[in-house]
Amino acid sequence: MTNLSVTVGSLRLENPIMPASGTFSEDLAKIFDIGVLGAHVTKTITRDIRGGNPTPRVCEVRGSMLNSIGIPSKGVDYFKSEVIPFYNQYDTPLVVSISAGSADEFARLCEDVSVPGVAAIEVNISCPNIEADGKAFAMRPSTTEEVMRKLRSATDLPLWAKLSPNTGETTEVALAAEGAGADALVVANTLLSMAIDIRSRKPKLGNLMGGLSGPGLKPITLRMTYQCAKAVDIPIIGCGGISTVEDVIEYLIAGASAVQVGTATFIRPTAMVQIIRDLAAYVESQGLASVSDLTGSIRDEEASDGIVFLEAAQ
Amino acid sequence: MTIDIGFKRIYETSCVVKSNMAINREYQLMVLDAPARILDCEPGQFFHLLCPSKGDLNPYFRRPMSIYGYYPDAGELHFLYKIAGEGTAALASLEPGENLNVVGPLGHGFEIRDDWQNLMVVARGVGLATLAPLALKAQQLGRKLTAICSARSPEVLMSIDHFRELGAKVIPVTDSEGTSSVQNLERLIEQQITNVGVDAFYTCGSSRILHLLQSMCARYDIPGQIALEQQMACGVGMCQCCVRSFRRNGGIVNERVCKEGPVFDLQEAIA
Ligand SMILES: Cc1cc2nc3c(=O)[nH]c(=O)nc-3n(C[C@H](O)[C@H](O)[C@H](O)COP(=O)(O)OP(=O)(O)OC[C@H]3O[C@@H](n4cnc5c(N)ncnc54)[C@H](O)[C@@H]3O)c2cc1C
Ligand SMILES: Cc1cc2nc3c(=O)[nH]c(=O)nc-3n(C[C@H](O)[C@H](O)[C@H](O)COP(=O)(O)O)c2cc1C
Ligand code: FES
Repeated sequence: MTNLSVTVGSLRLENPIMPASGTFSEDLAKIFDIGVLGAHVTKTITRDIRGGNPTPRVCEVRGSMLNSIGIPSKGVDYFKSEVIPFYNQYDTPLVVSISAGSADEFARLCEDVSVPGVAAIEVNISCPNIEADGKAFAMRPSTTEEVMRKLRSATDLPLWAKLSPNTGETTEVALAAEGAGADALVVANTLLSMAIDIRSRKPKLGNLMGGLSGPGLKPITLRMTYQCAKAVDIPIIGCGGISTVEDVIEYLIAGASAVQVGTATFIRPTAMVQIIRDLAAYVESQGLASVSDLTGSIRDEEASDGIVFLEAAQ
Repeated sequence: MTIDIGFKRIYETSCVVKSNMAINREYQLMVLDAPARILDCEPGQFFHLLCPSKGDLNPYFRRPMSIYGYYPDAGELHFLYKIAGEGTAALASLEPGENLNVVGPLGHGFEIRDDWQNLMVVARGVGLATLAPLALKAQQLGRKLTAICSARSPEVLMSIDHFRELGAKVIPVTDSEGTSSVQNLERLIEQQITNVGVDAFYTCGSSRILHLLQSMCARYDIPGQIALEQQMACGVGMCQCCVRSFRRNGGIVNERVCKEGPVFDLQEAIA
């Protein structure tokens, strides 16, 4: 078997393909052996039991989708007693995604889930921060830094910060997360969007607005991956619109060390299996010693320096 | 390493279309050549269909579709559907010999308890598609089934023959003949309860029928089940988009139509 292993900081993954938070659950194990994945990433949990947003919670837009699922959560206790033991049947590293409305609450939850059986913690700082008028922590460098510092002191496990494409300060936010002790960046979450039914004139989502994901998001999160990889020294996990091995290779070339696959799994539940198979074939056909040879191999030459800080195309 | 996934397998499979044609002005019947492993189904379960992209039609999500028939011996999987929008229009464009990628079987189906001898189906329109496999199962188990089939007009009243072939007694009612009113349904159901007896009711979709059955089942203390619909993205329980509210233990709970459903307890359902 072709060696596809990569490292994300101190964590070694069998291959660079893992699911994106919220688009994966134990249910997928009914369709294929999820032990083949590079890591398992859980749906974001919060401390309390929460219901989530009104329906309709999803809609399709040309070749992509919007969602306003919210974060329905069965709470931490259920998570520890049911979810962690399920995934611990596998040798695959378990990455737990968490969120909270304030930096202190976030840190407490982080400490709470730093238990045996958890390999890394992904912090969904793209969710609304109640103390900052509902603006996500990852919108600004200052709020990112504040919450990441508290999270850092709450755990010794690898800490992955999940960034938001809604910010105009991608590089600054990435640097803030790195400076505050993040071990890796997940780039990125969904982009705030909207769709209206022209016959009824009603928004297509019960929550009015929601996050864009799927192929339409890819050029944006790929751009962010490139910017982040140029700016920081910690590994980047690319995420957004990946559905084929070509998409994965593109993210790796842009600077990602590993990737997450989300929406594609809804369309093709076995998408990740196919991608892993295709990646092995690609690595072999190109005679690469390691997948990581691709990481950051973009030929951007001198053009790169000025452009990484660009936030708006003319 | 043995993993306890705690449930039956689900398959993503490509099937060849055997036939796909209109059976009346409103409904299409699609027959797929399907491998035996995906035909271990229960009545009320569904598949998630990857409708093709054709011309201007580019559906993105899969579309949920009830199993209209599953025949392991013939290696066939049947769907009966109404063209509603982009996805079902694309589905209708499939020609024999083309492939269709399906995920399933999905969800929890109808239950027929051992002591339920007299079953009654009350359904309208395309909802009858969901209930057809129940008639076959009832026949196999030697239970008696009576079906009130409701539609706009006799021309689009489908599945009657199918239900009759499966040994069910069929009572057709239509809007155009003025026989499908709630009052008439109530009278027909009451007759069945007093003359023959009903051990369980099965229905789907229509909120008018749901309300009627909820009150009659409460009055006569008869159990019932309903198949419900909700927009889906993943179809297998991962995304939480397909939730609906249900009355349970004096409160309201949210359940996923794709996973805990699509069949639910009649009294817990909220239209
Ligand atoms: C469990 C289940 C079983 C079903 N079984 C059948 C069946 O046997 N025969 C049949 O004709 N129809 C059935 N339906 C309804 C069928 O899924 C919809 O008619 C179909 O999704 C419409 O897609 P469209 O692109 O043609 O319509 P559009 O209106 O363009 O669809 C837009 C979006 O809304 C969703 N949507 C629209 N109507 C429904 C609906 N009623 N339920 C769920 N999602 C919907 C679509 O999936 C799509 O994502 C079933 C639905 C569910 C949930
Ligand atoms: C239905 C749905 C639910 C999601 N839930 C979460 C979540 O709970 N936490 C999170 O960090 N991201 C969540 N996301 C975002 C994904 O993890 C991912 O960042 C995004 O969808 C982009 O990747 P994709 O285009 O491959 O789907 C969700 C996305 C979708 C579509
Ligand atoms: S459709 Fe995703 S949970 Fe039901």
